[in-house]
Amino acid sequence: MKLNRRLFIGTGAAATATLAAPTVFAAGHGKPRVVVVGGGAGGATAARYIAKDSKGEIDVMLIEPSRMYYTCFFSNLYIGGVKEIDDLGHSYGTLAASGVNVVHDWAVGVDRDAKTVALAGGGSVPYDKLILSPGIDFVDGAVEGWDLSAQNAMPHAYKGGSQTELLKAKIAAMPEGGIFAMVAPPNPFRCPPGPYERVSMVAHYLKANNPTAKIIVADPKDKFSKMALFQEGWGAHYNGMIDWIGSDFGGGNVSVDPNAMTVTIDGEVTKVDACNVIPAMKAGRIAELAGVTDGNWAPVNAADMSTKADADVYVLGDASEQGDMPKSGFSANSQAKVCANAVRGALTGSKVFPAKFSNTCWSLIDTDDGVKVGATYEATDEKIAKVDGFISATGESAELRKATYEESEGWYAGITADMFG
Amino acid sequence: MKGRLFRSLPAALVAFLAASAVWAEEIGDAEAGAQVFKKCTGCHQVGKDAVDKVGPHLNGIFGRAAAAHADYRYSDSMVRAGNDGMIWTAETLDAYLENPRALVSKTRMSFRGLKDPADRANILAYLRTFSDNPSDFPEAEPTALATDHDIDPAILALEGDPEYGEYLASECLTCHRSDGTSDGIPSITLWPTGDFVVAMHAYKRKLRPHPVMQMMAGRLNDEEIAALAAYFKDLE
Repeated sequence: MKLNRRLFIGTGAAATATLAAPTVFAAGHGKPRVVVVGGGAGGATAARYIAKDSKGEIDVMLIEPSRMYYTCFFSNLYIGGVKEIDDLGHSYGTLAASGVNVVHDWAVGVDRDAKTVALAGGGSVPYDKLILSPGIDFVDGAVEGWDLSAQNAMPHAYKGGSQTELLKAKIAAMPEGGIFAMVAPPNPFRCPPGPYERVSMVAHYLKANNPTAKIIVADPKDKFSKMALFQEGWGAHYNGMIDWIGSDFGGGNVSVDPNAMTVTIDGEVTKVDACNVIPAMKAGRIAELAGVTDGNWAPVNAADMSTKADADVYVLGDASEQGDMPKSGFSANSQAKVCANAVRGALTGSKVFPAKFSNTCWSLIDTDDGVKVGATYEATDEKIAKVDGFISATGESAELRKATYEESEGWYAGITADMFG
Repeated sequence: MKGRLFRSLPAALVAFLAASAVWAEEIGDAEAGAQVFKKCTGCHQVGKDAVDKVGPHLNGIFGRAAAAHADYRYSDSMVRAGNDGMIWTAETLDAYLENPRALVSKTRMSFRGLKDPADRANILAYLRTFSDNPSDFPEAEPTALATDHDIDPAILALEGDPEYGEYLASECLTCHRSDGTSDGIPSITLWPTGDFVVAMHAYKRKLRPHPVMQMMAGRLNDEEIAALAAYFKDLE
């Protein structure tokens, strides 16, 4: 269903309620309260936009255990030596300055009847609208031989921060001519080009520091995001270094032994020097605890990101099951703005505009060799549906690839400013 | 001019050119174009011994990428257009001559534009005589005639709704920074309304080359573009 603006304003439950009773909203108490769980690309953006645009009419609390946010996007560039870890860190201090009450604690439970969120530090906080943006956790037993207790020996490095640093340290410690292995995840997972950009950046690092080293990728899929672009780049920049084993060649039949540091692919055991296990993913645990998941993810309504399970609980970003958008920081940021507009409308009677979504993912293959893929999306009754898209072409000029990389730097500065103010 | 030219040409070629007479009529009159080009000669040279002056020389312009002269110092906007893949064709040259900033936001070409389509067609016909390939092969660029790029004055006159613009702008601000920083991605803050509107329509019509912007602008309607323009012009 395609809505124009006028039609949209006249339809939909939230808009109808707004028209009927333009000064609702907080059930029996003063200011309406929004609680946001998770301060990443979805949660930080939603918290900031609701606080900023409601101009003090809504109390916004962000619950996030970390003091500093280390972006997962661009973390591969740190592994490749293109970025420093400090380039990826962002303080929550600026969010507090823009009117968000930032609470550094873990949300450990949600009582949807009482409309409260329980905190690990004790006590609970009430909400009128709850926005969960918890990112991802890993599916237990997804890779034989690996569980979270093995993440020091074989890091996933698929959440930003210390895991990323650990993986980089292990790659740096590889002996001359050593082997780096990656176990790639099945669909759907966070950042579809991410594992392959990582392979590129590991190769970039090894080419300069350990040029006889090898990279093995065991992949349960037979194709992946930007595959032609990555394979072209791997051939051009890292010829012979990368062995990608897709599902056709047993890449999905894999187990690991973190103590022996071995990887077994389709029965063949290989001793490796560094291993990056990226297991199958699911919604961050609080979504499951809140009871809004169905299977691994939380189904949501495309128009406002409210969950199918509870109209007052919203799920943003990687944890949501929304339709056609890839799980990315850009997507989460885009969804957060649609959600913020809808939540503010429901709580203060402000105008609710039609949902528009977009995404672009840049990847770096080698120095100044950037590529991108992107699309626009709209809300239908069933899902977030793709409207239009584009992807970089193979054989592009070096100038264009450099401009694309520089554009990704501009985007990084843009989205982090958009998230944190 | 055509008549004089035909008499000196082999019969087969005359027949061929006669068959494309409609095209020849529409492509403009090079002699008239030479007169109009006098508006340009303060900055641009064309022809034998032409060199880059205030503006780059214009020999062989058709089919060339934007910002392609190695020794000429172009604006950042023009370099960006070249990197994004913009090629000078009848279509893009016509749009650029009509309103330079519709195509290249911060071009250094300080020129109000030629509003009369006939003037533009004549200049293109004139410049074409200094391009190698098109002189020899009529089917090559710029045989493809430029379409009309005029933005309906009613579209330019639309009053945008800044509140709607603020919501729509949230999508722009994932990449474009509200503080006007322009590293890697150009600034759109404080962009004059008219320039903003014609630029978005140039993306919609795929005259401007950037794929992300063609996609983003492609789904904005006239009211939405006006709303965004109204929002960004006053953004602090």
